[in-house]
Amino acid sequence: MKKEGKEQIWKDYQKEIPDNDFFYVRSCIRQNLFPASEVIFLKILREELGRNVFETPHHTTCGGIGYHSDIVPMETMMTIIARQFSLMTEAGFENYACSCITSFGLYSEVLETWHHFPKVLEKVRKDLKEATGREFKLPKTLSHASDVIYKVRHEIAEKAKYKLINKHTGKPLKVVEHIGCHYSKMFPNKGVGGAEYPYVLTGMVEAWGGEIIDYPERRHCCGFGFRQYLVQANRGYSLANTHKKFESMEPFEPDMIITNCPGCPFFLDRWQYVIAETEGKTYGGKNQGIPVFTYEEVAGMVLGYDPWDLGLQVHQIAVEPLLDKVGIPYNSETKYLGLDGKNLGKPELPKNICSC
Amino acid sequence: MGKISENLNYPKISVVVKNMKSIAIIGSGIAGIEAASRLSKFGHKVYLIEKNSEIGGYVAQWDRLFPSQTEAKTVLNDLIKKLNNRAEVLTNVTVQHCEKKDRQFELVLTDNKHLVVDAILVTTGFDIFRAERKEEYGYGIYENVITSSDLEKMFAENNVVCKNGESPKRLAFVHCVGSRDEKVGNRHCSKVCCATAVKQACEIKELYPSCEVFNLYMDLRMFDRHFEDMYHEAQSKYHVNFIRGRLSEAGENKEHQVIIKTEDTLAGKPLKLTVDLLVLMTGMEPCYLQKTINSKLGLRSDTDGFLSTKNSFTENNLSNADGIFVAGTCTGPKTIPETLADSRAAAGLLNSYLMS
Repeated sequence: MKKEGKEQIWKDYQKEIPDNDFFYVRSCIRQNLFPASEVIFLKILREELGRNVFETPHHTTCGGIGYHSDIVPMETMMTIIARQFSLMTEAGFENYACSCITSFGLYSEVLETWHHFPKVLEKVRKDLKEATGREFKLPKTLSHASDVIYKVRHEIAEKAKYKLINKHTGKPLKVVEHIGCHYSKMFPNKGVGGAEYPYVLTGMVEAWGGEIIDYPERRHCCGFGFRQYLVQANRGYSLANTHKKFESMEPFEPDMIITNCPGCPFFLDRWQYVIAETEGKTYGGKNQGIPVFTYEEVAGMVLGYDPWDLGLQVHQIAVEPLLDKVGIPYNSETKYLGLDGKNLGKPELPKNICSC
Repeated sequence: MGKISENLNYPKISVVVKNMKSIAIIGSGIAGIEAASRLSKFGHKVYLIEKNSEIGGYVAQWDRLFPSQTEAKTVLNDLIKKLNNRAEVLTNVTVQHCEKKDRQFELVLTDNKHLVVDAILVTTGFDIFRAERKEEYGYGIYENVITSSDLEKMFAENNVVCKNGESPKRLAFVHCVGSRDEKVGNRHCSKVCCATAVKQACEIKELYPSCEVFNLYMDLRMFDRHFEDMYHEAQSKYHVNFIRGRLSEAGENKEHQVIIKTEDTLAGKPLKLTVDLLVLMTGMEPCYLQKTINSKLGLRSDTDGFLSTKNSFTENNLSNADGIFVAGTCTGPKTIPETLADSRAAAGLLNSYLMS
């Protein structure tokens, strides 16, 4: 693989990412699956880096899961998004940042639609006004939260207590990056690095000392694919997709996976357990999986946050081997204690794979 | 590969004949050379203007020509021999300024040389599509992804090997790279790539009889004399596999083989192939200098970017500007025989114009 070829493409796909003053909206599902990621995003930006990030409890879903499952029509989805923009307008912000990749894809699609079909925008304005009395301005910039972390990656590196380096060998950790289909596959110029060789996660990993692996099924879906999973009868497709990715990355012996999307870490994490329990196959060595992280979790790890404050104990695949490789300390005694100190209870452990 | 014209001693000195008419030919590929040869035989003073340091265009960089496997060098040498030092060759220059005065043109070249000529023939040719623009195919990123031009150089150097120096055991050609592809803005067919791919596939089998060769095509446009014979021989004698399907993406495995995903559209099945070398059949695009030259000479290009002609049936060597003629691939993709025939026709027409 010639890196200079990728670097040339990365130069072609740069986007404007503001440095400060974000109107931030959360994901519908991330808080359930990886509960600390959005909190860590806010903590890093506000407390570590002194940025102004505003969020409001009045924001709702963007309608993305329903839209991509053919349940929510486009007109409804556009009006929901118009309402989100009205909240941003009312709060006096113009830099919209969202936590969810699917939301980001939807916002990009809607803004592009309104750009090319101004009459549709006028209709949405009218519908929103009639239904809610609200008005809105279009955002000046649209960022995915990973764009924002990418923007401040070097500041994080300066404050980092740990690097993505194997302390036993001194070599960079081999990291698989999974970008999420809705980040830039629909609109390559909306994502850092484009669609084919996206740079947003790669840039973070490189800044924090790791090394990216390029494997044949890198571009393949994580397994979520919406109807692949949401329609119960299709779940075999979901598992087959994830299985294909792991078979493809296995020869490269990755140390960890960094992800960009609410669904991707869930499927890449959970399906490893299913594959191990049904087939006896593990991808991180004997009885070991490949730990899967969100980019906020990785940022928190290098900044030295307590792994259990990052919510790493709710992962399926055990993270301790990776923490040991980097040299990040953790207390096994407090792993299953909640923020209020109460014991959350230990999960039942699987037979074939080392789990959290 | 050595420069084809380095021992040919082409002229740098003009031969002045009283009352002769003068012509500037812009571009010294085979169209320019053939026209220069004809026009100088008619007794006119010919300036052959070339932006590069060598004449011969892309034919000078080619090894063998379809369908007869004739050496490109032989064809080019014949053309230069026919020219017989009768034109003044000006290399490493382009047109900086052009002004029409009565029926004559005053040209200023980039070396500040002034020429006064009675007519201009534009033979600026084409550029080869930059394969990097098809990002998903990995040219410039994966070390065993090459172009048809790269392979031609390998043939000339008798060194058709993978990056690791080993001979390929499985190789695939991808037709229509940068041609008939709206995604890259080229709707046109480049005409020569199908025949070139079949020619190169046969050459690979000649070189490595046990190598499995796949040609992934949209349509096989075997339109000219003996092309079908070549295609038939590729199947019956060389057992080349032809699969109707366009590539969706290429990746690289740990052994640096190229993993390609395509579809066999006749069988109606998706297909994944692992090959040692992937050859991209890059098509023709308008010369990158064409727009600049158009602005200097007052010429127009068509919607495909190639030069417009006055009438595509009956006056296809006339440009929109009086006294400026066009020939060769600057007006659209052509094979070598078509280019030469077009060039001869332009020379004849130009001579009639000068004599009128």
